[in-house]
Amino acid sequence: MSKITYREAIRAAMREAMRADPRVFLMGEDVGRYGGAFAVSLGLLDEFGPERIRDTPLSESGFLGAGIGAALGGMRPIVEIMTVNFSLLALDQLVNHAATLRHMSGGQFSVPMVVRMASGGGRGMAAQHSHSFEGWYAHVPGIKVLTPATVADAKGLLLAALEEPDPVVVLEHATLYPVEGDDTPDAPMEIGLAAVRRPGARVSLVTYGGSLPKTLKAADELAKEGVDAEVVDLRTLRPLDMDTVVGSIAKTHRAVVVDEMWKTGSFAGEVMARIMELAFDELDAPVVRVCSREVPMPYAKHLEEAALPQVGQIVAAAKGLL
Amino acid sequence: MTNEEIKAKVIGILASVVPELEPAELAADKSLRDQLDIDSVDFLNFVVGLSKTFGIEIAETDYRHLYTLDACVAYLAAHATA
Amino acid sequence: MTDFLMPKLGADMTQGRLIEWFKKPGERIVRGEVIAVVETDKANVDVESWVAGTLQKILVAPGGDWLPVGTPLAVIEPEAGAAAEAPPSFAAPPVAAAPKPAPPVVTPAVPAGPGAPVPAPPIPEPVSAPVAPGERVPVSPIARKRAAALGLDAATIRGTGPGGRITLDDVERASRERPAPVAPAVAAPAADKRQRMRDAIAAAMARSKREIPHYYLGTTIDLSKALAWLAEANAKLPVAERLLAGVLLIKAAALALREVPELNGFWIDGRAQRSEAIHAGVAISLRGGGLVAPAIHGADKLALPELMQRVTDLVARARAGSLKSSEMTDPTITITSLGERGVEAVYGVIYPPQLALVGFGKVVERPWAVDGAVGVRPVVTATLSGDHRATDGHRGALYLDALDRLLQAPDKL
Repeated sequence: MSKITYREAIRAAMREAMRADPRVFLMGEDVGRYGGAFAVSLGLLDEFGPERIRDTPLSESGFLGAGIGAALGGMRPIVEIMTVNFSLLALDQLVNHAATLRHMSGGQFSVPMVVRMASGGGRGMAAQHSHSFEGWYAHVPGIKVLTPATVADAKGLLLAALEEPDPVVVLEHATLYPVEGDDTPDAPMEIGLAAVRRPGARVSLVTYGGSLPKTLKAADELAKEGVDAEVVDLRTLRPLDMDTVVGSIAKTHRAVVVDEMWKTGSFAGEVMARIMELAFDELDAPVVRVCSREVPMPYAKHLEEAALPQVGQIVAAAKGLL
Repeated sequence: MTNEEIKAKVIGILASVVPELEPAELAADKSLRDQLDIDSVDFLNFVVGLSKTFGIEIAETDYRHLYTLDACVAYLAAHATA
Repeated sequence: MTDFLMPKLGADMTQGRLIEWFKKPGERIVRGEVIAVVETDKANVDVESWVAGTLQKILVAPGGDWLPVGTPLAVIEPEAGAAAEAPPSFAAPPVAAAPKPAPPVVTPAVPAGPGAPVPAPPIPEPVSAPVAPGERVPVSPIARKRAAALGLDAATIRGTGPGGRITLDDVERASRERPAPVAPAVAAPAADKRQRMRDAIAAAMARSKREIPHYYLGTTIDLSKALAWLAEANAKLPVAERLLAGVLLIKAAALALREVPELNGFWIDGRAQRSEAIHAGVAISLRGGGLVAPAIHGADKLALPELMQRVTDLVARARAGSLKSSEMTDPTITITSLGERGVEAVYGVIYPPQLALVGFGKVVERPWAVDGAVGVRPVVTATLSGDHRATDGHRGALYLDALDRLLQAPDKL
């Protein structure tokens, strides 16, 4: 089996969906002739033509609104927004319109639209391209939020998103694009299931998206010190699979939640609150989290590294519970 | 120093290594290790004691001349006269 | 206020007898300082305090009865800000929940002089309560739930979690150690010293063979380079500074653990807990029977002359019966050598809760094939007994391989 990258897995999912369903099309800034800001759609213009691979003006609110209109009109749009920072320009379209129309129309209209966006830091792209806002979207009922962390999930969850009758936001952590993997699925995966990426018995490390590789590395480090850590990948933030998280904590009785948002209002905070609600009697230590420092993302490499969660912090947090 | 004097000193050093030593039961021509259940650390302490008491350096290659009481006396009589 | 408890100085210890106090009430105690001598079934042990503070009250006078592990012996007022810390080893954390039916006999520490009013016997502290009444004890939610299910009062359990929190492990430990020690504690004091040593070894070894699925590996190692190097080194040294071959073996055995750290540590609560530090327990047989295996701390980091000196010192003190409590509880692996008594190989029984035991037999000269020719070489059979729950034979084999390799470069040991 040949290896493919996370980037190629997303491209493969879009290509398969467009070949199978003429209603599917892609639009966004530079997705056509340039091949996408992160080269995800490279080559798709040649295969599907400008009707289905549409370059848009620099107007997130405008083209996301166009996506909603297309979905209402019976199409299956994929809208690519260059980074989650820029998606804030389209927040009104997503939160006030896409997320509410099924409810407000009494179920008469739905918005089957997939919005893909790159997120996260670690690439020296500074404070306007590197933030993590997935928790903001996960706050909103009416949209689903997917955070694939592996090559297989990049494809399988995107295929699943394209089958959803309601809007789905897919956050692709930009450091994952070049990651290689094999074993990509041919069929859509089920949305709303977390996965245990590494079994363990002493402490649960709960994470998602771009923090998964760091967390797995931390588990390796902990193993060297005799601490057997379990790694849980949430995979989707809404719906959120707490059964898997609670099941893990029932075994380990300790949890560290890792995400790249700022600590205040982070999605990790939501996971911690749910653990308190659902698994208080299983805990042998306080639940702790490792998040980004509360600063706009620095540009300088050493400062950016200092601002983002790192392996050593995860290791130290886990050891602090033992 | 007579052989008897040497022997008395050797037994004294042995007794410091093996406190429960009964000199009367010690066979002079049989292995000290086997009779006294001493190990290499004890034996080293014994050799250190001999070296100090008789004022001689004992090469490691000479340890084999020290395995019985009789052999010790003979070795020390030959080397410690100086 | 912290109780200074009868320590558990090894997996086989259930009771001890206070022999001597080095501190009087009102005197300061530095963390790690030896404050008392306790007689165990195996030896008299200098017991260190892991709390800094002031000795407030002596609860048990020297020379009294045999007391179960966990019995409060004295009360220490910890220094301000210095919480009671667990001993450095997790082989034997302080044991709580002494059996309630056997409260310690409380004797005044200082005999009353003639005419002095007879002091009222001090009111015994609640048995092994680790905190003063009214102080809030941090108990984790699951520990609280489990303690309730077991009928244990969480407040009587000593916490070893961060900040002294009582954790699930603490509750399970307290529960395991609750009823068992009562019977032997009553029966044993009459037995003589040798019998008690036998009983202690019997208990530890029976537990080992009952609980630990051993696997055994052995390999023959060519010692010609090591012994030639040693002879050359010793030729330049006065008798008192010469190295024994056994010291080379201990150093190599400790260094090899760095390469296979899975063998170094303890099996606790159903899991292997590796130890970063390598504390080699060196088996020392005592004349008249029995043995102890006290620790040489950080054996992998000691230069050979220093290691040699530690071995000599340890043997002398083991036989004189003056080992320290940390030496009794800290070994992370045991190294035994029966070669001096003439056998070629020893397949040892692991000392619980350790994960492995390394054995060395006698150094013998054997025909040995090297580069297609046969020569006579001094060789030794090194063996490994491993806990199959923690490691598999493959790791064990890598360990013996590393040991062999290290012994081929004696100048680097």
